Amino acid sequence: MPVDYTERSLLKYTQQVIDLFRNPKNVGEMEDATVTAVEGDPKCGDMFKMFLKIDNGKITDAKFLSFGCAANIATGSMTTEIVKGLSVDEAEKISIKDISNRLGGLPALKMHCAVLAYKTLRKAIQSYRELEAKKQGKQGP
Amino acid sequence: MKVYLDNGSTTRVANEVLETMLPYFVEEIGHPIFIYSLGQAAADAVERSQKIIAKTLNANQEEIVFTSGATESNDIAIRGTAYANKKSGNHIITTKVENPSVLRTCERLEKEGFKVDYLNVDPQGFVNVEQLEGKINENTILVSVAHVNDEIGTIEPIEEIGKILDEQKHKIYFHVNAAASYARVPLDVKRMKIDLLSISAHKIHGPKGVGALYVREGTKIEPINYGYISLFPLRPGTENVPGIVGFAKAAELAFDNFDAQVEKMRKLRDRLMVGIEERIPHVVLHGPRGEKRSPANVNYSFKYVEGESVVLHLDLNGISAATGSACSTRKLEPSHVLTAIGVRPEIAHGAIRFTLSRYNTEQEIDYVLEVLPKVIDGLRKISPIKPGEF
Repeated sequence: MPVDYTERSLLKYTQQVIDLFRNPKNVGEMEDATVTAVEGDPKCGDMFKMFLKIDNGKITDAKFLSFGCAANIATGSMTTEIVKGLSVDEAEKISIKDISNRLGGLPALKMHCAVLAYKTLRKAIQSYRELEAKKQGKQGP
Repeated sequence: MKVYLDNGSTTRVANEVLETMLPYFVEEIGHPIFIYSLGQAAADAVERSQKIIAKTLNANQEEIVFTSGATESNDIAIRGTAYANKKSGNHIITTKVENPSVLRTCERLEKEGFKVDYLNVDPQGFVNVEQLEGKINENTILVSVAHVNDEIGTIEPIEEIGKILDEQKHKIYFHVNAAASYARVPLDVKRMKIDLLSISAHKIHGPKGVGALYVREGTKIEPINYGYISLFPLRPGTENVPGIVGFAKAAELAFDNFDAQVEKMRKLRDRLMVGIEERIPHVVLHGPRGEKRSPANVNYSFKYVEGESVVLHLDLNGISAATGSACSTRKLEPSHVLTAIGVRPEIAHGAIRFTLSRYNTEQEIDYVLEVLPKVIDGLRKISPIKPGEF
């Protein structure tokens, strides 16, 4: 059976990833979160939980919990760090690539970790939108 | 403190081994095939090495063939025997918990028309000998079972299997991958009725890139590579003379005072196991306890945390250990061994393997027992999974 003999699947993390893995920012529960979102499944080896505190459409605080590899933890730290202080609209425009670039890149095999934090962020924003729509509906004419 | 606890993956070369090898790179450089003195000195060195290795297995000198390692030994043993005996039958029996070098080779043979049965194992990783016997049919030509499981340390009932195969009406060859057991668990190819046995130098403080295959005299086997035959018709090509000499020296060191070395590893293993179970809640041991576990293997899952994070935190503290399976670090699925023994995937993802050598010390184990609980506790604090969830 032919194989791609040039393929190298070495796992190597950048120093940014290792530093954030070692000392992640924004880790922990948030009691007064506006929205909470969970993605992933421990059966697949990673699970991610994100808490956002949103005031008047602005993300004032972000925290996360992670069951996952170093890439998962570093990505969680970076994603929450990026969105803090942004408006929900701005946070929605963040791409997976933005997150990965800020980490100095991730091994191809670990891109799904960046995707997981990103998916959780999207899910949290979606929850917020639904929450707002419900409020609008109640207050509406 | 630097603590190396991944000796199941590879080991440091013993100083005595390195010293023994050095002259063979620059002075004793002959090719064993040639008649002039340098060539003959090289051939003598290889033969002396054969003799040393043979003695550790209770084999004869001529029955030892040097290879590049256990992966190649397994390939020659399995394909070489399968091809040479295909007129007698096309059925092979192995287990679901073998090393990939055995499993992938068997899968390849399936594509070539051979039939392979992959036996289930019990929750501790043991092969059921009666079940194995039940799978034997008139077409069975080969059985391949590892002596010690390289991930979870289970010592398989090799002697019982050998006895059953020996009692069959037709010849069934018995291959044993002993890469994880050599120099850790006693081996005797005659008593265990083994026909083919794979071992590797770099697992016993020898150099990387050298291994051996024991082939019982009279075994019907053919080479899988062709070329200029120097000393071994089963494995053509120039012998790795420095590596072979180093392998033999490593074997000599490992088998000199074998019992005391094994006892030292066993004590360290038990110290680590007791310490982990005393200090860390929510742990799951993989593999058996006591005499039927390799003296060099410790493998636990730490629930609610993920293995890679544990390994990297240990690394940041100077400790080298492996995730559940060294071979699965490049894949995202949990190890095939943990899956085969029925470990749930969410638990398998938290598996860490510590493997010992004679160079490890009590102080090192105590340092690990100081660091590990902090690492696990720290990761559990940032985990979205709360204790008791699974």
